[in-house]
Amino acid sequence: MNPVIDVQKLSKNFGAVRALDELDLRLEAGEVHGFLGPNGAGKSTTIRILLGAAKADSGTARLFGEDPWTEAVRLHRRLSYVPGDVNLWPKITGGEAIDLLVSLRGGADSRRRSDLLERFDLDPSKKTRTYSKGNRQKVALVAALASDVELLVLDEPTSGLDPLMERVFQDCVREARAAGRTVLLSSHLLAEVETLCDRVTIIRQGRTVQSGALSELRHLARAAVSVVCGKDPSGVALLPGVHDVRRDGERLLFSVEDGALPAVLEHLLPLDIRSLTSTPPTLEELFVHQYSPDAQGARS
Amino acid sequence: MSAAAPSRGQRDGLRGARTAGALAGTGRLFHFALLRDRLRIPLWAVALGGLVGYFGAVLPLAYPDQAALQTRAAILKDPSGALLSGPGYGLEHYTLGALLANEVLGMLAVAAALMSIFLVVRHTRAEEESGRAELVRAGVVGRHAPLTAALAALLVANGAVAVVLTVAMLGNGLARADSLALAAGVGAAGVVFGAAAAVTAQLSQSARGATGLAGGALGLAYLLRGIGDAQRVGGTALSWLSPIGWSQQTRAFVDLRWWPLLPAVVLAALLCLAAYLLASRRDLGAGLIAARPGPSRATRALTSPAGLVFRLERVSILSWCLGLFAFALLTGSMGQAIVDSFEARPELAAVIGGPPGGDALRAALSAFLRYFAMAVAVHVVVTVNRLRREEDSGRTALLLAAGAGRDRLMLHFLAVTLAADTLLLLAAGFGLGAGAVASVEPDARNLALEFTAASLAYLPLVSCFAALTALAYGLRTGSWWVWLILIASLLIGLYGPILRLPEALLEAEPFGLVPAVPSVPLNAGPLLLMGLTALVLLAAAVPAFRRRDLSV
Repeated sequence: MNPVIDVQKLSKNFGAVRALDELDLRLEAGEVHGFLGPNGAGKSTTIRILLGAAKADSGTARLFGEDPWTEAVRLHRRLSYVPGDVNLWPKITGGEAIDLLVSLRGGADSRRRSDLLERFDLDPSKKTRTYSKGNRQKVALVAALASDVELLVLDEPTSGLDPLMERVFQDCVREARAAGRTVLLSSHLLAEVETLCDRVTIIRQGRTVQSGALSELRHLARAAVSVVCGKDPSGVALLPGVHDVRRDGERLLFSVEDGALPAVLEHLLPLDIRSLTSTPPTLEELFVHQYSPDAQGARS
Repeated sequence: MSAAAPSRGQRDGLRGARTAGALAGTGRLFHFALLRDRLRIPLWAVALGGLVGYFGAVLPLAYPDQAALQTRAAILKDPSGALLSGPGYGLEHYTLGALLANEVLGMLAVAAALMSIFLVVRHTRAEEESGRAELVRAGVVGRHAPLTAALAALLVANGAVAVVLTVAMLGNGLARADSLALAAGVGAAGVVFGAAAAVTAQLSQSARGATGLAGGALGLAYLLRGIGDAQRVGGTALSWLSPIGWSQQTRAFVDLRWWPLLPAVVLAALLCLAAYLLASRRDLGAGLIAARPGPSRATRALTSPAGLVFRLERVSILSWCLGLFAFALLTGSMGQAIVDSFEARPELAAVIGGPPGGDALRAALSAFLRYFAMAVAVHVVVTVNRLRREEDSGRTALLLAAGAGRDRLMLHFLAVTLAADTLLLLAAGFGLGAGAVASVEPDARNLALEFTAASLAYLPLVSCFAALTALAYGLRTGSWWVWLILIASLLIGLYGPILRLPEALLEAEPFGLVPAVPSVPLNAGPLLLMGLTALVLLAAAVPAFRRRDLSV
């Protein structure tokens, strides 16, 4: 089966600025895919190309196997989009804005619309001028989720939502996955991506630096180990794969590369271990690791 | 075996689908555009129709017989009169219809063009700039649907204007075919400049830039036909370079011909075509003229509220200044022609005011100075009202949170506005005097200086309007009542004498309270009173703003 999104060696320049530099991105049907990167990495540019709003300079972008620039209209029947910064027409109500957006997509289930309005606690009779950023975002979310589509393209959709609403949003994404929809979730909220996504793609300066299942990517980062021993454990610093060794009172802290843990435990066992914790790497560590200055140095 | 290449028929079908696809959603966007403009379009149409109806009602009062109308025609024979109005057909036997076609048509065409430029930019580039277009285009909406919807709304708006204008002229008892031609000319000019705005909306990355470019084209068009019409009665080739000139060349009510509207249709079609071609070659939100980067550090001058206001308003101040100066210069240069026309009709001189048998030129110019002061008063109300927009957008809250202080913010804003308006008054006064010196009275060289100084007599009154608008803002009552006072003053001041309104009303009108210097001697009393009133209003405005909640 065709991947839902297939982007290969995509490049885009804005004047002298290279926004995308041979970026790759691939989404299989039915997955929730996290799209991660710092500000200005090229997430929104990629999404704009996938929506047919911008044309790539080189490389290929395929949506359901078709060209999003030439086939935009047909493809848009099959997707919904929520931008991170929602701007609405000032003199109409939120409900009118939802109906306009939904009707441009070809209509929606009105029961689903009212259900979503209730869950997101949004008053559709208010003029959009009076809405906060979060409420404007809810308008776009309700309009997007009320349509029966195969793909949801969400560009930092929760940046204005409070934690309660974020939870509602997460439920909606889970329901979408259960219904077999595909979701592209661009974000820099790592906790959100960790809870929701099956796979992630991390980009930096317009290039894909990592892509894969979250469990696979974890292997790329280091576990954090904290140990207290009866005898001096500082010899671990000499073992391969052990980094950032430092002492905090009687506690020794260090990080361990994936695969190096057995050797470390072997070294520590005879040293009269009193306590030992090992925390698996979080996405945040992975993220920081990808963007730390030495990581960049190592790649360039 | 690989699939066969699509047959020719299939390919054509695909291409057909693609063309239709580019326009998908146009109908809905068109309806939505009309919904958003459901008040604007009728207002423009009624305002323009009302202007024509008003002329029809007032002119018989001001020019009761043919001889009176001929004095007005004489003004248009003067090159500077033609520059401001039209080519001057039918001056030998001037009628209401010929007057509308010569003098009002140009004004109506400019108004329709402005309406059209605002409309097209509002529905195209402004939508892209705000990010709403991206949301819309993510739906089943073709690449050309927003532009097509905007152009359809453009046709509807200009059609509405043309219909209302025709009705207004028929109501005045004018000939049907000529009324239709005049209205069609106005609509055609609107469509041409709306189409021009569709092109500039592709070029510029900002709505303001797109409006500015199209507005510049409109100014150029008006100037071209003005120069052409000034060169010879009936106009020269230069008049024919301007879309406004085409509308005026139908010679409505004199010797009607329709074909000068043809080039307008052709040009509008070409401009639309260009807009579509440019639109299909660019990304959504991108412009063909790249936005220039600005300085990365603020200068010291920018870091006070006054500095910020000046920075944001400087282009607008400069353009008002140049515009007022240019119009004042032209008006001043027409001074002698107007005075000559009064000699034949002494009762008209009474409309302008001034002592009978006195210096007629000075009296006329002093009256004109008052009209320019009225324009400056409009500018001051518009500018002070900007405080409200700043607040509603949340920018005021940002400045206040950064420690600007409410009193300081308001006072700085008013100080910059008043400084700018002083400049506008001086520019108008100087232009008026200099124009008169240049054209008619080379021996009275101090006329320029005299009128420059005289313009300052209106500063206390302009300050009153600034303080009044500030009070409306401080109390957050909405500025409608300030506008009501201003517009009532303008109408009474402009048309009161012609309409023969009661003397008491004419004397209570604020602009009438300012002594018409330099034609009459300066009387400081009313000026001091106005200055005092401004201070009192200001003293009420500042605490009113300090005490209330911010809207955002």
